[in-house]
Amino acid sequence: MKKAISVIMASIMVLGLAACSKSEETTTKATTAATTAAETTKAAETTAAETTTEATTEGAKEDTGSLIKVGIINNDPNESGYRTANDADLKKMFTKENGYDASFAYSLKNDEQIQYAQTFIQNEVDYLLLSAADVAGWDSVLQDAQAAGIKVILFDRTINADPSLYEASIVSDMNKEGQTAVDWLASQNLSEYNVIHIQGVMGSAAQQGRSGALDSKAAAESNWTIVKQQTAEWNAEKAQQIVQSVIDSGTKFNVIYAENDDMAKGAVAALDAAGISHGVGKDVIVMGFDCNKWALESLLSKDWNYDGQCNPFQASYIDSIIKDLESGKTPAQKTIIMDEKGFDAATITKEDVENYGI
Amino acid sequence: MNKSFFRKITSNQMFIPLMALLLLVVVNLIVDPGFFKVTLGKNNAGNLVFSGFLITILDYGSELAILALGMTLVTAASGGQDISVGATIAIAGSAMLRVLCGSNSRPDAIQAPIIVAFLVACLVGMLCGAFNGTLVSVFKIQPMIATLILFTAGRSIAAWINNNELPIVPDPKFAYFGGFIPGIPIPTTVFIVLICIIIMALVLKFTNLGLYTQAVGINEKSSRLNGIKPTFIKFLAFVILGLCVAVAALIKVSRLSTINYSVIAKDIEMDAILAVALGGNSLSGGKFNIWASVLGAYVIQFLTTTLYKFNVRSDALSAYKAVVVILLVFFSAPKVREYLSGLGKKIASKKAGKRKLAGKEEIK
Repeated sequence: MKKAISVIMASIMVLGLAACSKSEETTTKATTAATTAAETTKAAETTAAETTTEATTEGAKEDTGSLIKVGIINNDPNESGYRTANDADLKKMFTKENGYDASFAYSLKNDEQIQYAQTFIQNEVDYLLLSAADVAGWDSVLQDAQAAGIKVILFDRTINADPSLYEASIVSDMNKEGQTAVDWLASQNLSEYNVIHIQGVMGSAAQQGRSGALDSKAAAESNWTIVKQQTAEWNAEKAQQIVQSVIDSGTKFNVIYAENDDMAKGAVAALDAAGISHGVGKDVIVMGFDCNKWALESLLSKDWNYDGQCNPFQASYIDSIIKDLESGKTPAQKTIIMDEKGFDAATITKEDVENYGI
Repeated sequence: MNKSFFRKITSNQMFIPLMALLLLVVVNLIVDPGFFKVTLGKNNAGNLVFSGFLITILDYGSELAILALGMTLVTAASGGQDISVGATIAIAGSAMLRVLCGSNSRPDAIQAPIIVAFLVACLVGMLCGAFNGTLVSVFKIQPMIATLILFTAGRSIAAWINNNELPIVPDPKFAYFGGFIPGIPIPTTVFIVLICIIIMALVLKFTNLGLYTQAVGINEKSSRLNGIKPTFIKFLAFVILGLCVAVAALIKVSRLSTINYSVIAKDIEMDAILAVALGGNSLSGGKFNIWASVLGAYVIQFLTTTLYKFNVRSDALSAYKAVVVILLVFFSAPKVREYLSGLGKKIASKKAGKRKLAGKEEIK
């Protein structure tokens, strides 16, 4: 009986593997049917390249004498537009031309990331750059790194470890992002603020920071009311339904404060369907976060009013810290908070869209 | 003996979803009769459109209703459910965008006619269905395990189709499918659902699909002995569901003219299965009533919209749906059914007794 079960389990696993490859094949076939052959081969090539580089070392090993060896552990670039931009920025900075011999490893799982870190330590990199999937579990591996004389720099995310284990950490200040946005909203001098507040996944750092500022402002000011506070879990469709339900119930509102661009887009779709005007000088103020390119374009066309930046471009900061460390200086601050802008539809320019859109 | 009126109603499959619907309507009527107000207004494109909670329910319930059609067939034929529909919506939607936008994620004009993109999406959806169907029917894998593969991998495949970019369809006409066609004040999705229902009704009426599916679901062996191919029927059910997935993907993608692979149609598979269960269909296969499932789908959307109106946190919605599931399980348990039908008989016989006493009348 047990044997039979194990045979079945094994065959399921094998089938699963075969199945995966099969379904990928079928989807490619389907897409090929309508796109040109050249395009598809190009796409296939890039995907092939991606799969091979993933979790393996990139860049040749020869002539490492003059180059600084860095091991970069990041989250999966497929996670979000933010992460894609972040990864592209790092790849652009840590090249041979800039004096780096960089290896990249990606995972959304903490234990896999720790394994990659150990591999990098064995490969004797000079610097370990880390965007940790989880805050816990990093102590022992970072101690190993320190023992091997490898300097660790955290970017994008912090960890719960002794600060002596890393040289610097470069992070976004989500509270400041929220505060900048709320200050901007306050500067609009509306006589009444009736806000629909669409939140991200509850408990995430971005949600807490962006909600906190608005919550305390609404509690402090008598003419600020949050008419609806709901989480749409970063999901445009949910945001659309939430705003739709506010419209259907006839509640008055003049501000939509969405904690990311996707949700703002969903909200705007609901406004459009109900014939409520939005944007600069219109009935409803639309606010989003993350500075996706399409969102900034909506600002440029004055359909939205405000977009707060969550800066994914940490590479230049890391670069200057490494330069400092190489010349024997210690970084002035351990925790470096990045500059983050808020864009106003009234003042945004085409260049901003190009430079800051992700 | 005589089947009482009470029993006739409760044993009808439509009973559960209709009661649920009635309950929701009554609750909303008591709390706020304004819930049922439908107004005619202009949208931002300058067209006259209906709006109101009822319209919202009809509009947003569409994807679920379409999925319920296919999911009922799959459930009836295979005695299991497809949990990959959310992920395959992402795949079909992604394929559609790939065709519409080409390799450039921000084109100035669409690269292919919408109909071509839709047909490609249909093909992709059916291929995904065929893949699931093959695993279930030929390799005899439990449907939930077989579809777990695409459930896990689907969203990554969807991201890969578009090189992980998020294309935006530039043509405003594409938004008609999830919105309004100029000059028609009713959401287009309502018409799409109607078309799907009519096609399904015709198929069930003029082919033996319904009968065969039922036969396979009740007893695979005896249906084979009677000349039906259970393998093919199961396979077909999954392919039909794949087609439904493609239509749902069209609506989903059209609503926002773009896609987010990780969240599009999130958790919709559970709602679709719930719709089938709410429709009184046995989740272990066999007899089915496809229209009860469709009604179940709208009941779920009615519940969702009602909860949104009452300011229930959207991450708590699933808890309320869980209550519905518990009630369903409770009322479909054989013990409870027995007790209820016993109760029904008692009431009926009491009534009958009274009437007999009064006029010695025969009841039929």
